[in-house]
Amino acid sequence: MSVAGEAAAARRIAPVPTKAQRWRRRYGLPAVGMFIILVWIVVAITAPLLSPYDPNLVDVSNRLKPPSGEHWLGTDALGRDVFTRLLYGSRISLTTGFVVVLVGAFFGTLLGGIAAFARGKVEEIIMRLTDLVLCFPPIILALAIAAALGIGTVNTIIAMLAVWWPKFARLAHSMVLTQRSQEYVEAAVVAGFGPGRILFRHIIPNSIGPLIVLVTLDIGNAVITFAGLSFLGLGVVPPTAEWGSMVAEGRELVAQWWVATFPGFCILSIVLGFNFLGDGVRDWLDPKARKR
Amino acid sequence: MTKTLKAELGRVATGADAPALEVKNLHTQFFTDDGVVSAVDGVSFTVKQGEALGIVGESGSGKSVTALSLMRLLDEPARITEGEVRFQGRDVLAMSPEELRSVRGDRMAMVFQDPMTSLNPVLKIAKQLIETMVVHGRFTEAEASKRAVDLLGRMGVTAPERAVESYPHQFSGGMRQRVMLALGMSNEPALLIADEPTTALDVTIQAQILDLIRELNRDYGTSVVLISHDLGVIARVCHRTIVMYSGEVVEEGLTEDLLADPRHPYTWALINAVPRIDEARPLDRRLTTIEGQPPDPLNLPQGCRFAPRCPFRVEKCDVHPDLAEVAPGRKARCWVTQAGTTLPKKTLRATAASAEATPPRVIAGRDEAPLLKLRDVVKHFPLPKTGYFQPRRVVHAVDNVDLDVFRGETVGLVGESGCGKSTIARLVMRIHQPDSGEIIFDGHDIAKSTQKQIRPLRRRMQMVFQDPYGSLNPRMTVGDIIAEPLLFHGITKGKAETQERVDELLNIVGLNPRVGRRYSYEFSGGQRQRVSIARALAVRPDFIVADEPISALDVNIQAQIINLMLDLQERFGLTYLFIAHDLAVVRHISDRVVVLYLGKVMEIAPADRLFDRPLHPYTRYLLSAAPIPDAAVERERGYLKLEGEPPSSISPPSGCRFRTRCPLAKPICASEPPPLVEHEPGHLAACHFAGQLK
Amino acid sequence: MTRYIVSRLGITVVMAVLATLVIFLIANTVPGDPVLAQLGDVAASDEKFVAEWRTKFGLDLPLWQRYLIFLSGLVHGDLGISIASQRPVLDDIIQFAPATIELATIGFVLALLIGIPLGIIAAVWRDTWVDHIARVVSLIGVSSPTFWLAFIMLAIFYGGLEIAPGPGRLDPIALPPERVTGLLLIDTAIAGDWETFRDAAAHLVLPSIVQAAATLGLITRTTRASMLESIQQDYVRVARAKGLKKSTIILGHVFPNAVIPVVTLGGLAYANLLSGAVMTETIFSWPGLGLYTFRSAAALDFPAIMGITLVVALVYLIINLVIDISYAFLDPRVTR
Repeated sequence: MSVAGEAAAARRIAPVPTKAQRWRRRYGLPAVGMFIILVWIVVAITAPLLSPYDPNLVDVSNRLKPPSGEHWLGTDALGRDVFTRLLYGSRISLTTGFVVVLVGAFFGTLLGGIAAFARGKVEEIIMRLTDLVLCFPPIILALAIAAALGIGTVNTIIAMLAVWWPKFARLAHSMVLTQRSQEYVEAAVVAGFGPGRILFRHIIPNSIGPLIVLVTLDIGNAVITFAGLSFLGLGVVPPTAEWGSMVAEGRELVAQWWVATFPGFCILSIVLGFNFLGDGVRDWLDPKARKR
Repeated sequence: MTKTLKAELGRVATGADAPALEVKNLHTQFFTDDGVVSAVDGVSFTVKQGEALGIVGESGSGKSVTALSLMRLLDEPARITEGEVRFQGRDVLAMSPEELRSVRGDRMAMVFQDPMTSLNPVLKIAKQLIETMVVHGRFTEAEASKRAVDLLGRMGVTAPERAVESYPHQFSGGMRQRVMLALGMSNEPALLIADEPTTALDVTIQAQILDLIRELNRDYGTSVVLISHDLGVIARVCHRTIVMYSGEVVEEGLTEDLLADPRHPYTWALINAVPRIDEARPLDRRLTTIEGQPPDPLNLPQGCRFAPRCPFRVEKCDVHPDLAEVAPGRKARCWVTQAGTTLPKKTLRATAASAEATPPRVIAGRDEAPLLKLRDVVKHFPLPKTGYFQPRRVVHAVDNVDLDVFRGETVGLVGESGCGKSTIARLVMRIHQPDSGEIIFDGHDIAKSTQKQIRPLRRRMQMVFQDPYGSLNPRMTVGDIIAEPLLFHGITKGKAETQERVDELLNIVGLNPRVGRRYSYEFSGGQRQRVSIARALAVRPDFIVADEPISALDVNIQAQIINLMLDLQERFGLTYLFIAHDLAVVRHISDRVVVLYLGKVMEIAPADRLFDRPLHPYTRYLLSAAPIPDAAVERERGYLKLEGEPPSSISPPSGCRFRTRCPLAKPICASEPPPLVEHEPGHLAACHFAGQLK
Repeated sequence: MTRYIVSRLGITVVMAVLATLVIFLIANTVPGDPVLAQLGDVAASDEKFVAEWRTKFGLDLPLWQRYLIFLSGLVHGDLGISIASQRPVLDDIIQFAPATIELATIGFVLALLIGIPLGIIAAVWRDTWVDHIARVVSLIGVSSPTFWLAFIMLAIFYGGLEIAPGPGRLDPIALPPERVTGLLLIDTAIAGDWETFRDAAAHLVLPSIVQAAATLGLITRTTRASMLESIQQDYVRVARAKGLKKSTIILGHVFPNAVIPVVTLGGLAYANLLSGAVMTETIFSWPGLGLYTFRSAAALDFPAIMGITLVVALVYLIINLVIDISYAFLDPRVTR
């Protein structure tokens, strides 16, 4: 082998990725995730237009029909059209996902931010409270609270919010603490700015990145948790179409697999969408991962 | 087969005269999203057996990439695309992964810049040392573990038997760098590459590490490649030096010749941009600087890469020059010096003897009450508790500090890390509140005031920060950053007036007003520091605290910022409290200097006095440790070696804080803290035996 | 080290007491009067009867006194009486716990055994097909609703292919071994009843795979991210400069650093498996705490729900304590 050949082999000359390859590597999955989410949002908004039937129309003569041209995804035990109920179900899942995470993130961030900014007693109290809630397994605590409040979408959302805010409080707390010691914040102090201006104009805009990542990843999480609580019978009041409760309705029906299978796919796809997107957002906001 | 045999024979024939390392036409490129960057662009050099070679250059010059290329330690997207690195007769670039591994850490070893991150935090020192020795088959496990203790001892690690059983976090930066050197030397390599090995360390620790590298080079005959941005460091260690600029070698020669008589305008500029610690302050304090910044690596000039900034540029510089011999043993990549022209010599202003010749600057405010007065200021920072039931420990950041700053003067605050200099800056600016003591700014005691009460004074005192990357809000445009305090304090009203003032401020600090619309990440370090200064000037202050404003910058940019600050002082009658760890810069810029150690003032004196006739032993050591960019001076200069490490500021020594490292220490030093006494007019020192160190 | 462990222990005790307070408050300050909920409509309309009932159960006492009574009950192991089973909640929990522990542990071990190596491989061969596959597998793992995955597995392997046993821990006709630990695999082994052992093992396969799925995804992703973080550190470059083998660097230098966050996550994941068993057990009719929780929730059996919440919170705290203590061994920086 020639010396030059050896050298080339040793240097492992792999082709340099093209721009398109790099784009795909970096934005491919997140783009897929974004697409899935957008499709579901459109479906949720236009469900009445898209659906061939009334989601709650009981038709006992047509119960447990397998997928056919008439009922694309079959019918359930009460003869309701599964496809229609899936379309309507997206409304509950998306709404609860967004509401729980956004409201939870808002209160969590606020509390965490206040704690980090106030220091002293206030910080101690808020952060210990955060620790306390975090020492319960979220699903069990939410279940206990939901059971105490009674069945219903709103109550379940409240129960989830009660266990949802602490992770945001913790993140915001550490983010604000990190930013506080940055020199640009010290410069703002030296300029004489008040705490409100420093918090909202300087610290929060610079802490928002990791929060966005957590929010994105967490919506999928919230969707799955709400569906779980519904599956256990705590989420929605029947006959509301909701994916988790639809799986519950079909869980004994192994032979009529379509009743439980399709709602599960819906949950999977939407959660996957948020996870794809969140992963991408994280890579995108993390300068270290971006370098590569 | 025959080929390798011949090569082998050839190597033996040339024997000891064969170079330890021969680099030919090395090209290392980064395949980035924006294009291909040639970080190392045709670099060639040789290192003789037992020689210490220095590689100097600014950040981005390609010096560190060169170092990493020698051992092929670069990751994607960096690739070595061309060249030869001949080490002990073999081309490193052509080696198989297996061969490469057998060379790395065995015959060729490397020490990196940041000792804090270079050791694996979860493995014991012993394991990290032993595995290197065992993997190359030179020692058995048992031999290696004995040798690990030996090596640490030789590198000056205290209590090596205990040290090997410790984890890295139990050591200071200096000690970790000793461990790194032990690691590098563990298989007695033929070549040691040190990439900015002392940049992260304090000056007295730097002196210790440089001594060690010199010893290894001298006593073991290990060839050394030392990469540094600091000409003083190079002057202290290296026989020969190459200077890099924009990925190329621009000059090569014996260190002594190169520093005394540079033959490339870039080297010339580097040398002239730095003030010297052994040089009295001239009347005109402006430093020689060159314009602009290194070229954009994606858009290199066709001709000489330095030409756009070169004060000696001629027409021919449109053509790219080669590295050619300009004198015996000296090469330069410059048409001007190749034609025989010499560059103007720097005139040294002599020290001590003629110090009196440069009269001290007249400070108008010296006769009035001080503008800023600190009395008995104390600040302790509580450490986070390790558990609910544990006692809270505190860092003694600043302890009973007295300090005056008069109107119109520049007071330099120097000391090593942990001495409290940055804390003092933050106490004066009331970013932190002192635990006790008085801070009087122009008659107002601000030590206990609320932020609201201080707000009116914020227009008179401002601060310039150390980190040009961290001190500007990345989410705001530069214009908004400067405008915010203007509007907040009601200095300007309305958009037009504010815009006008922002433009004016940008002009004052030497930036084009058009840049106001950009975000800070589009700027270089030096430009950001100018923005930071413009922000401070916006409220028209008369007092500015500058916390290491130049320590993150390359020397030429440092000089530009120093000149800017001097100009501004003259123009607006500013008073500076200037914090730095670079002693030469402090001497150059300050009227008076305050030396701190572990939160206490050790000595205060007029600048030239302090540097020529220091009274406190710590000051003596500090000055002695600072390397001077002059190989001849470095060779002649016998300097004091300060042993050991600074004690912990969590439990500082009783009495005099310096006593644990002081050769003069007597029992009284442990029992009684020495008061800060005026030994001569304006010259104060806190030492029971001031001026007695020989 | 001892000081660190003692202080962690102290924190755990404080948190445990606070946790009891939270549970007490949830049970006692919810909208809707628990008395009215427990009495029938007829009885609830009789004011005198209601008042007597309140006095009998101490419900007329101030909140803090009731909390102290509740607390002293807890100390004596009294978690109240389940409305549904009419047995002490603690007895119920003790009866159902082993089934859950057995299932969660096997699922957890499965997730660790696959997840950690997969995470390492994905990080080392970043951006290659191995990495992409690991990413998709783990994302699907974390994105699948457990209750649905359980259904699908059962539908395919039991209902469809008929190669897996049906719901439950044992075949209906199998004779359960004498209860020693409550863990069937161990109890059958003790009894030497290998046929039942095989049966129990076969019944564990599907539910433990379902249990492992989400955890597997989490562990793979955390391991990968944490490995990548460590790989970028300076000490890895130093290790390469030493001339170490790639495998030594990855397993000897990178992994010991990367494992630290994985331990935190793994501990929490195990705790979540114990609590998250609700979904799996419901589908597989697995007689464990999960199924008990589900039934209690469905019946709004408050004492049972609160008892489970409390027990699970304590388990959570203990696992957190174990994580904290294991830190002291994994990361020398923790204890200083």
